[in-house]
Amino acid sequence: MNSMNNGMGPVEHGTRNLLIQARLKRRYFTEKVFQLLGILAIVTAMAMLGVLFVTIIGKGYRAFQQTFIRLEVFFDRVEIDPLGTGERDVLSRADYGLLVKNAMRDVFPYVTERREKRELYAVVSSGAAFQLREMVMSDPGIIGSRQAVWVLADDDVDMYIKGVFEEGGGRLSERQVLWVQDLMSRGDLRKRLNTAFFTKGDSREPELAGIGGAVVGSLYTMTVTLLLSFPLGVATAVYLEEFAPRNFFTDIIEVNINNLAAVPSIVFGLLGLAVYLNFFGLPRSAPLVGGLVLTLMTLPTIIIASRASLQAVPPSIRQGALGVGASQMQSVLHHVLPLALPGMLTGTIIGMARALGETAPLLMIGMVAFIVDIPAGIMDKATVLPVQIYLWADSPERAFLERTSAAIIVLLAFLLLMNGLAVVLRKKFEQRW
Amino acid sequence: MNKIMSFSMALLAATALAGGTLLYAASRDYISIVGSSTVYPFATVVAEQFGKTTRFKTPKIESTGSGGGLKLFCAGIGVEHPDIANSSRRIKRSEVETCRKNGVKEITEVKVGYDGIVISNAKSAPQMKLTRKDLYLALAKDIPSGQGETLITNPHKTWKDVNPSLPKVKIEVLGPPPTSGTRDAFSELVMEAGCDKYEFIKAMAKTDKDRYKAICMGVREDGAYIEAGENDVLIVKKLEANPDALGIFGFSFLDQNTDKIQGSIIDGAEATFENIADGTYPVSRPLYVYVKKAHVGTIPGIREFISEFTSEKAWGPEGYLIDKGLIPMPDDERKKFSTDAKMLNNLAL
Repeated sequence: MNSMNNGMGPVEHGTRNLLIQARLKRRYFTEKVFQLLGILAIVTAMAMLGVLFVTIIGKGYRAFQQTFIRLEVFFDRVEIDPLGTGERDVLSRADYGLLVKNAMRDVFPYVTERREKRELYAVVSSGAAFQLREMVMSDPGIIGSRQAVWVLADDDVDMYIKGVFEEGGGRLSERQVLWVQDLMSRGDLRKRLNTAFFTKGDSREPELAGIGGAVVGSLYTMTVTLLLSFPLGVATAVYLEEFAPRNFFTDIIEVNINNLAAVPSIVFGLLGLAVYLNFFGLPRSAPLVGGLVLTLMTLPTIIIASRASLQAVPPSIRQGALGVGASQMQSVLHHVLPLALPGMLTGTIIGMARALGETAPLLMIGMVAFIVDIPAGIMDKATVLPVQIYLWADSPERAFLERTSAAIIVLLAFLLLMNGLAVVLRKKFEQRW
Repeated sequence: MNKIMSFSMALLAATALAGGTLLYAASRDYISIVGSSTVYPFATVVAEQFGKTTRFKTPKIESTGSGGGLKLFCAGIGVEHPDIANSSRRIKRSEVETCRKNGVKEITEVKVGYDGIVISNAKSAPQMKLTRKDLYLALAKDIPSGQGETLITNPHKTWKDVNPSLPKVKIEVLGPPPTSGTRDAFSELVMEAGCDKYEFIKAMAKTDKDRYKAICMGVREDGAYIEAGENDVLIVKKLEANPDALGIFGFSFLDQNTDKIQGSIIDGAEATFENIADGTYPVSRPLYVYVKKAHVGTIPGIREFISEFTSEKAWGPEGYLIDKGLIPMPDDERKKFSTDAKMLNNLAL
């Protein structure tokens, strides 16, 4: 038996080795496959993100440039202020469209037929008249003089110049295409940086529409949200984590907070409609109400993040403080809170970034609206960036397509900035124990 | 202690902010408008023009849909309620009743123009020549069997099955969901008209109205009719990608995208501006604006806003609304409604 065993030993050993090696190979192989799948997942995600960025930026970058036409405008005293009173009321009510039309006719004097003239005037944006009015209002001295003015071209001309139309002149007539080409060859039609896109409010004329109003609205809304949700969130987290007794009641509160974080945002909008508008009678479409609703939405996120960062502070720090005679509150305020604050800030910023991109809850409280004037305060009517994107995406004019993408680029830039800030704060103040 | 102080100060500021607003004085110095997403593109242009050329603030316009807008409009009198409601259909008797119950007793109705509903496909495909009966037979859930007065589940797969003169292309129609005003108008103007071609169904309208509605307005659920949401831009994009599909939407979207899509010929009439305006094109509907009279004088600018809306430079045959795709009313109708608007005449149903 013994000798047989000895005889069999190496053979058995050899087969076992082979078995082990085979299994090991299989295990390495499955691990490789697993890693490969992981990489594949990342690549797919990155590819999709890449497609998103490429399409959005590919469409959106065009909106940062706008087509302008150079016109020799004669600020005719007879048309603007025939009596020479110089009163602002008279100046503001004058027909500046006529000045634009006269200037266009000077460029193409052979256009006389009525239908043709209408087509000619349509090459220039209706915003040109307002631009001339602003010029006169800010400096009445130019009345009677002849000035070279770069005015906005119509959105159809702009689309044609940017090559958006698939065939020929798109919505432009053959005559209009000829005029545009004529202007271009003279150097009187050019693409220039579109600063109005960042400063102006919404408009139904794509060439006049800007995100200025929406950005200011977002700013007010976010300020209200931050002012309310950060102190409330941090106070709640500190009390629940450091002071509150563990009992049935606090357990219920905890479950509710965690649940609230997962509630769809539209529900908060409905709540806002019922409570703030119908019960308290706050005005519709105001950033204040928007901020209040978004506060409800971000509070759970902030509370949960703040509690997590309080939990991450080692108990030894609290015990040390208590050991040298600090009160419970002193230990929290002087030692625990400063250490937990970076984490809390990160949570807050991420919550705010989510709130910045939210439209659904605002639909219910009337912030999804056409608003031209730039809001003057938290009680004024306002809209926010994502809502502006939503409204433009639904507009029939082709030129709104690129504006939609451009507004998305701006929103993404803000989000990137906020999330970047969160990363920087974490890296800078993070404590490791 | 410093931190407690600043902390409690922040809290105090927050509560003061919230509390102070409760005492918010009831006042509003701009017009608030709600309602139809079809009227929205026109009302917004008027609002912008109005805001830029007058001393009044630019009105605020929410796109809530006709039904939702009239509900808000009828909720009561006071600054928290809207002053004007846009609608892509006439106000219903029941809505007037709700209005009256909530104290909104006097309403002025202003018809502002027409909107055509077009059935379009991509320009790369041949233009379709359809009748309303064809559309009914292609899209209804149940259709007459052709033998006697019986109904069968719609068996048609291609347009050729519906009408031998049509191409052999799979029936695929992208259209608005039932919540949309465009869908209401399509059901009424196309489906009902198509089903009235059958005498026995038409007779049912008098005897059994519910059954008549179910037969005429029931749309297929087997994939031939695809609910594409309220976003018409999306439908245009999908048509471009799929030349076999047809799409249903407002005329202004066709008008803005003539390089990509074409309107089908319905009952021999092409979907052009002229044909819709003179009524040759059969699928068009009126658009309305309703004004709350009790707010005129309280909210500044309502009268002026309506007179801007009803001015020739806006809704006239060469007005700026026409450039945006609104179909103008004939001269006498414009005259009637502009006097109604000026005098703020009461709505009569």
